[in-house]
Amino acid sequence: MRLPRWFHLLGSPPFVYRLAGKVAPWLGVVTCVLLAVGGYWGLVVAPPDRVQGEVYRVLFIHPQIAYVSVMAYVVMAIAAGIGFVWRIKLAHGVAATAAPIGASFTACALATGALWGRPTWGTYWQWTDPRIMSETLLLFLFLGYLALRAAFEDRDKADRVSAILAVVGVVDVPIIHYSVIWWNSLHQGPSIMKLDKPSISPEMLTPFLIMVAAFTACFCWLLLNGLRGEIVERERDTRWIRELVAGTRG
Amino acid sequence: MTDFLRMGGDGAYVWSAYGVTLAVLVFNVWWARRRHRAALERARASALDERVGRRPTVRQIE
Repeated sequence: MRLPRWFHLLGSPPFVYRLAGKVAPWLGVVTCVLLAVGGYWGLVVAPPDRVQGEVYRVLFIHPQIAYVSVMAYVVMAIAAGIGFVWRIKLAHGVAATAAPIGASFTACALATGALWGRPTWGTYWQWTDPRIMSETLLLFLFLGYLALRAAFEDRDKADRVSAILAVVGVVDVPIIHYSVIWWNSLHQGPSIMKLDKPSISPEMLTPFLIMVAAFTACFCWLLLNGLRGEIVERERDTRWIRELVAGTRG
Repeated sequence: MTDFLRMGGDGAYVWSAYGVTLAVLVFNVWWARRRHRAALERARASALDERVGRRPTVRQIE
């Protein structure tokens, strides 16, 4: 079976570097617009919650950030797996770029969750909550991946060894997702991702979904931005990078 | 306006959650930009090194 040409191009660092350079600014604009609209809608337009009052407005960002943290891990694991199996260096580059972004989002999800939990559940942190714990494990998987990479001088070796950790760690993803169903958790069960109608009113659902789009765009933007630096670093001694830096003497 | 900032008494929680998030996003953008720039700088330095290295040194001529 012959693969289409664009598929091969996606493995070519100069092509992806240029493509990312073209797409990233647009994603940046989309992110900022969606964050502004969703933020205004969530903080100003949406009515206070009948039970929680105003503090529920944290829920226009916290679940989104948590979802992006999991998505970042899945992207990292798939990219690392592709890099490992087909020995595509660019795929390892994607994984290495996704890791610090994912780690920061995971930490942010835990922080915003704590800030919401204090006034709502009466506690910042609950050691026995399965979702908090599986999300904390995700943070350590990201940090472990980054530490493992840093431990190797040789980049190829770092790529291959860290890829194994990334792929094995994927078991945490379904655990995070199903933790609220399998175990008794302070977190609520699914209220949007379910077969039935979402159990949330439309005037709150709209800004919620806008923020989902905003944070998804944000992750793609950050990933492409980071990937450009990663590609330059990995390709430092190739001819096209030489030509690139010769053209942009600064 | 004050009511908006107070958020029904939970302003400290709501605004710090939004603040932390904004800080994380800004940090990520700044970090990516800094890394990209540093990588280009290193590539430039390494390209320069090679050009300098190609010139024969005194020892090589001897």
